[in-house]
Amino acid sequence: MKPITEIETGASTENPVVGIDQTAGNFSYKVDYAFDAGTGLNEDTVRYISSVKKEAPWILEFRLNALKKFQSMPMPTHWATKDLENINFDKIRYYLSQGQKPKRTWDEVPDDIKKTFERLGIPEQERKFLAGVEAQFDSEAAYSNIKEIVAKQGVIFVNSTEGLREHPEIFKKFFGKVIPTGDNKFSALNSAVFSGGSFIYVPPGVKVAQPLQAYFRINAENFGQFERTLIIADEGSEVVYMEGCTAPKFTTSTLHSAVVELVALKGAKIQYITVQNWANNVFNLVTKRGVAHEDAEIKWIDCNIGSRLTMKYPGVVLKGERARGEVLSIALANDGQHQDTGAKMIHAANNTTSNIIAKSISVGQGRSTYRGVVHIPKHLKGCKNNTECDALLINTNSRTDTYPAISVRGDQNATQHEASVSKVSEDMIFYMQSRGLTEAQAMSLAVNGFINDLARQFPMEYSVELKRLIDLEMEGSVG
Amino acid sequence: MSVSASPSLTGSFTAEAFAAHLGRVKHLPAWWLDRKRAAFERFASLPMPKRTDEGWRFSNLSTLTLDGFEVGRFAPTELSVSPFSGLAAASLTFVNNTLATRTASAAEIAAQHGITFDTLQNALLKQGDLVKAHLLAQPSKLGSDKFAALHEAFLEDGAFIHVPKGIDAKLPISVFHYASGPNAAVFPHTLVVAEENSRITVADFFRSKETNQPHLACGGNDLYAGHGAQVTYLAMQDWSRQTLSFQFNATVARRDAKVLSLNLHAGARQARHESFSQLQAPGAHSEMLALTVAHGTQEFDQRTLQIHQAPNTSSNLLYKNALLDEAKTIFSGLIVVDPDAQKTDAYQSNRNLMLSDEAEANSLPGLEIQANDVRCTHGATSARIDAEQEFYLKARGIKPTQAQELLVFGFFEEVLGKIENQELHDILTDIIRVKFKQ
Repeated sequence: MKPITEIETGASTENPVVGIDQTAGNFSYKVDYAFDAGTGLNEDTVRYISSVKKEAPWILEFRLNALKKFQSMPMPTHWATKDLENINFDKIRYYLSQGQKPKRTWDEVPDDIKKTFERLGIPEQERKFLAGVEAQFDSEAAYSNIKEIVAKQGVIFVNSTEGLREHPEIFKKFFGKVIPTGDNKFSALNSAVFSGGSFIYVPPGVKVAQPLQAYFRINAENFGQFERTLIIADEGSEVVYMEGCTAPKFTTSTLHSAVVELVALKGAKIQYITVQNWANNVFNLVTKRGVAHEDAEIKWIDCNIGSRLTMKYPGVVLKGERARGEVLSIALANDGQHQDTGAKMIHAANNTTSNIIAKSISVGQGRSTYRGVVHIPKHLKGCKNNTECDALLINTNSRTDTYPAISVRGDQNATQHEASVSKVSEDMIFYMQSRGLTEAQAMSLAVNGFINDLARQFPMEYSVELKRLIDLEMEGSVG
Repeated sequence: MSVSASPSLTGSFTAEAFAAHLGRVKHLPAWWLDRKRAAFERFASLPMPKRTDEGWRFSNLSTLTLDGFEVGRFAPTELSVSPFSGLAAASLTFVNNTLATRTASAAEIAAQHGITFDTLQNALLKQGDLVKAHLLAQPSKLGSDKFAALHEAFLEDGAFIHVPKGIDAKLPISVFHYASGPNAAVFPHTLVVAEENSRITVADFFRSKETNQPHLACGGNDLYAGHGAQVTYLAMQDWSRQTLSFQFNATVARRDAKVLSLNLHAGARQARHESFSQLQAPGAHSEMLALTVAHGTQEFDQRTLQIHQAPNTSSNLLYKNALLDEAKTIFSGLIVVDPDAQKTDAYQSNRNLMLSDEAEANSLPGLEIQANDVRCTHGATSARIDAEQEFYLKARGIKPTQAQELLVFGFFEEVLGKIENQELHDILTDIIRVKFKQ
């Protein structure tokens, strides 16, 4: 793949090949920032971020240590795309904040932020239906609303700064343990400059009825967002977390590098849902991993539609017996996009099972990649993995890759992996056209059918949003 | 990499060793000697594989030493004839890179069929242009650039098979490659050029004369199938259990050509096999098959690449591994479909049969697809023998060991069944059976 060195702007983004008006959903909004760490990254930047957040000394130390690791680690371009070399770390702003404290009620949220949210399509009424809204505006949570009922159950749902400051006894124990600082270059970067994100603790036996939600948005030129999320589900508890992203278009590359850690203690269930729709100049380099203890279950539902380059491989470490891990992944790559997604399943106890279902759609010159790891070490028994990867190629020059790695030791386990690549069948399109649909409508319907069995597992509002996004992406891709 | 690794960049294959080798082949054409010099330069300058090289993922790198070997010298008195009587209709036998015997009638039989079957050295002298066009003409793409360069630099002699246009060579041609003596290094090579609408079956046998000596075997084969040609190639690797083995295959299939290659891996301490198929014109088909019986602490490292460069081509890969004891296998395959290679039909499958709790199977089945009207699938599985099938056989009074053997042969038969020649089929079955008895 040719590296894309320049990002098109404005009207020129309208692509003659696919005919998609890429200015649709082009949100940019001028805002004033109270705190700004400037561009570039060094020890002073990290110290500045830590002091603004009034952090404990151990966190500063953690950050500085991570910065050293980040600077010493090479770019992983021996296996990843060379496009990573186009990230200019010196041009990125590592911290921005309007200096607000998280707001408790909608009325307290300043009007200009409300306006931005409106453009993002987050209706004010939605909070009435959703358990809690942790809406992140740039690096600080601009709006936080925990419904009484969730608080009454003893659930802690705060942003990362607050979590580390107010509840160190709960979060310190797990913070940075699932994903060590030096796990990869970008997890080290995140550990050095993280701000924002959610910290959630669900007490034993508590089943959170409504999904917890957070919206993220980046809204400044050259500004990278480094949120940090840690979810701990104590014994026998259940929680669903939803993360949605949408971002304005910018003229130079932005970097988004999150770290998400999940801990499901004995018998707990965590479901983590992501709909990623960054603008297509964003590098989205995310590390997501969960640890599932005995009888616990972690399920990642991961949907990637936006960004220039996404590299994200949600993983589950199956640490306790009978733990279960699942990744359901949908990726859509359009012109100029590379969705490099996948899953990691690390079996570390007997009778653990994992399931990966990945579906990707490549439109125009888009490229989608599945990369996966399944690891079953020595002397385990009764471990099972099932992996299915299906790729759909829409145009003649679309591209898809599959790079799984499966390691099995011993004769007491079973793994199976299957992948297929196909296009939308002409028969299917013909059938629908003969029933009066246009070719574009037929194509859109076929693509939605391709992902339907996965999309059905999404909560209703997400699956509706997903369908709308796919329709938008598919417009003009045929004919 | 530690400092101590740097002197072993060339190991035993020093500039002096290379000069001595060049002295032995100085009668060969100048273009070939130039290529060998260039290859030696590459070999000597390239680093050993590193842990971060994707092409060596999961491989044991610490045991890839090139020290302590010598380019084996042939002592004719030691030779015994090929172990497979009945098959030797036309065969060449090489011991330590030198032609030892050819069946008396080999050349005549071949000539009767209009085929050239000769040593590579003779071919270089008599049919230089043909050899130049096909010998090691394809790039090394699977990570072993260094070892492929070593092969080219030290390649002394091998087999050359040329089948002219329209000839259907009914008899199979066999080539035996032996390594003999302690620390012998051998560089076998087989070049098959099948012209338009011809048909040929070639079998390569790799054996160590002494089963308890360490050897280095660094061999290759080039298979070229012209328009409408059909090439069947079998390689039976049964080096001593102390051998470090490399095998490089390059297959080119032209319009409507069909190539079937089957590799049986039984021997060696650590064996790396790289297979690279190019489907260059419409209608080309490549069948890539492999059977591995891994036991003890053996490591089999198989890397494959299928490139579809033209529309309407097909390929089918099936690699089956049976793992016993503490054996380890790595399968890394990649199907590449070039832009505009529409109507490609490619399949890739790796099946691992785990017969021990200590065995380790690694699969890296990959796809890179740049055309949309294709059918590409791959699959990889790792599992033990089906308990129900085993129970069924035991219930009928069959001993557990025998039941296991039957089921393993059932597992392999899917591949073995693709060999049309009954004699070759039986030889392969025998090698597997012997291996299981060990």
